[in-house]
Order: sequence, then structure tokens, then C-alpha cells
Amino acid sequence: MNTGFGPFYDGLTHLFVTPEDLLPVIALALLAGLRGPRFGRAVLFALPVAWLAGSAVGLLLAPQVTLPVAETIVTIALGALLAVDCPLPIAAVGGLAILLGLLHGSLNGSELPKTNASGQISATGVAVALFVVVSLLAGQAASVRVPRARVAVRVAGSWIVAIGLLMLGWAMRVPG
Amino acid sequence: MRQFLQNAGAARRSLVMLFLFLYPLTAFAHQRGGEAIGFASGFEHPISGLDHILAMVAVGMWGAQLGAPAIWALPVVFPMVMALGGMMGLMGIKLPGIELCIALSAVALGFAVFREARPKLWIAAIIVGVFAIAHGHAHGTELPLGASGVLYSIGFVIATGLLHALGIGIGLAHRWPTGRIALRFAGAIVAMGGVFFLWKAISGEPV
Repeated sequence: MNTGFGPFYDGLTHLFVTPEDLLPVIALALLAGLRGPRFGRAVLFALPVAWLAGSAVGLLLAPQVTLPVAETIVTIALGALLAVDCPLPIAAVGGLAILLGLLHGSLNGSELPKTNASGQISATGVAVALFVVVSLLAGQAASVRVPRARVAVRVAGSWIVAIGLLMLGWAMRVPG
Repeated sequence: MRQFLQNAGAARRSLVMLFLFLYPLTAFAHQRGGEAIGFASGFEHPISGLDHILAMVAVGMWGAQLGAPAIWALPVVFPMVMALGGMMGLMGIKLPGIELCIALSAVALGFAVFREARPKLWIAAIIVGVFAIAHGHAHGTELPLGASGVLYSIGFVIATGLLHALGIGIGLAHRWPTGRIALRFAGAIVAMGGVFFLWKAISGEPV
């Protein structure tokens, strides 16, 4: 993503124009929000930090890697957990945030420019965007009190599962 | 209380801003092959065929007629199972009688609304799920080459969900005596539309 405003804003914008990254983040943020404010706060800090750590690993070690099937399976799993409103403990939700951050962060990091500091700055922009998205969505989901609104959040999870299944089919598409 | 309302209002405004920020996905996403048309063509696909529209609206109407938990369970089941069918279509897995099954779905779901059928939730979910596989498979095999998989899928699922929401909205008329009759009448229209498509599918005419 090239915004023309420099690597920080490139990173900041990256999340919003990359649905492959955004969808699992939305699912995780809503899942954490539905479980309560403590869960939301755990994801709010764990996810950007893990994403940054993953980006550092991707920047330092990995060649450019894409794992569309693995990314999609993670998206489907998070959407399914949200759809069934799975009563996970806080350690599990935090663990999912760390796993998601490390996986997507390292894949992002492997695509970032390695020649100067722009890769690190761009990764920081992504982390800030994650913080904003998680705080907005988890905060809104945590404030849901009406049962129907809670169902609407879970329906969003089922939509994410459906999108993930189609993405998986796309990844394994047979031409013709 | 005022503080709470102000906070809630601010949160809603933030979400609207976030949505507006996300909206240009359709036009400004990474410019890989065909991606810019992905969302639009995905959104357009479920609403491009009357047979699909009838069945998906009928699912929402039937769910609303059945009440909780079917009102949200059926529209949740349908997109997920339809996506499974779409995945099978994309992967080239052949299923027989897809067009017949799609036409039958409008007949069966319309008839269920007309009759105010009240099966157990799991039976209703299986009926909806079987038809959803057929709809999804048809969509999966018809997907255009070169479009973005992710954006296409997002558009596709959102359009399907909105059709269900439309059906639920119509189905809420069930709360009033006149609306109940009107809803049954709408179910009969859906079923008659299904009979028309069934006849076309049996006679081999393009739907």
C-alpha cells in the first residue's frame, strides 16, 4: 500500500485495505468484546505487540511468504468461535491474539521493505491501526447489553465463517 | 446517563468513520488482477437471479415466522452452508440436479411460509442447509475468473445476508393478524415462482 504520506501511513492504511488481515482481527476483537472488557483489554495489548514481534521476525528472517490456506483457516476458526459465542478463558483469548499476531505479523513482515527503516515504521503503523480497530470493535461489543444485539454480533461471526469458506474454495480453486 | 449516551454516541460515530474508511475497499484496494471489481461482482451475484432471491428472502420470512431462535439460526445456517457449497463448486466437485434443487428450494420454502410450517429447529436447519448447498454450488461454479476471491466473497456474503434481512423484515409482519395473512400470501407467491423455475429446470430451458 502506497499512500504517498510515508511508511507509517502506508502501514496504518495497510490493515484497512487488506481484508485477509482485517477479517480475523474483526472476529477476534468482537469475540473478546463479547466475553467482556477484561478480554478486550487483553487482546488490545497482546495483538499489536505480537503482530509487531511477528513483523520483526518476518523482516529479519523470512523470505517473502504467503500462506493463504493457513490464514483462511485461522479466519474461519475465529469466525466460528464468535458465531457460537464460545466461553473461552481469558488465557485462551490472549493466546489466540498472540498466535494471530505472530502469524499475520510474520507474513506481513516478510513482505515489508528491508533496505532501510521504512519496514519497521510501516509495521508500527499496522500495530497502531490494530490498536484502533480492536479498541473500537471490542469496546462496542463489550457494551452490548440487548440480547438481539449480541445475536447480531454472532451473526457477523457466521458471515466471517462464510467468507472464509469461500476464500478457502478460492485458494483451492479448480479452473474451468 | 447523559455521560453514557455521549459515550455511546461517540462510539457509534467512530464506527461510522471506520466504516467510511473501509468503504473504499471496493475502489482502492491493492490493484491486483481484477480485484477492483471483486466486491461489486460478488455483491451482484446473489441478487442477479430471481430464483436465488426468492429462496433467500423466503428463508428470512420463514425464520421470522418461526420466531426465536429460528429467526436468527436459519439466516446464520444458510450463508455458512451456502459458502460450503460455493467452496465445493470452486473446487470442481460435481453435484447432480443443482438447478432442480434451487427451484425446489423456492417451492418448499414458499410452501413452508404459506402453511406456517413449524418443524423442529434442527429439521428446519437441515432443510435450509440442503438448499443452501445447491445455491452455493451454483454460485461457486459460476464465479468469474480474475475477480478477487476475498472481496468477491465479502460482497457475496453481505448481499446474501441482506436478502435474509429483507426476508426477516417482511416476516416481522407476522406479529399482526393482517400481516400474518399477507405473509402467507407472500409465501404462496414464492412457491408459485419456484414452480415456474422448476418447470423451466425440468424442461431444460435456461433459468
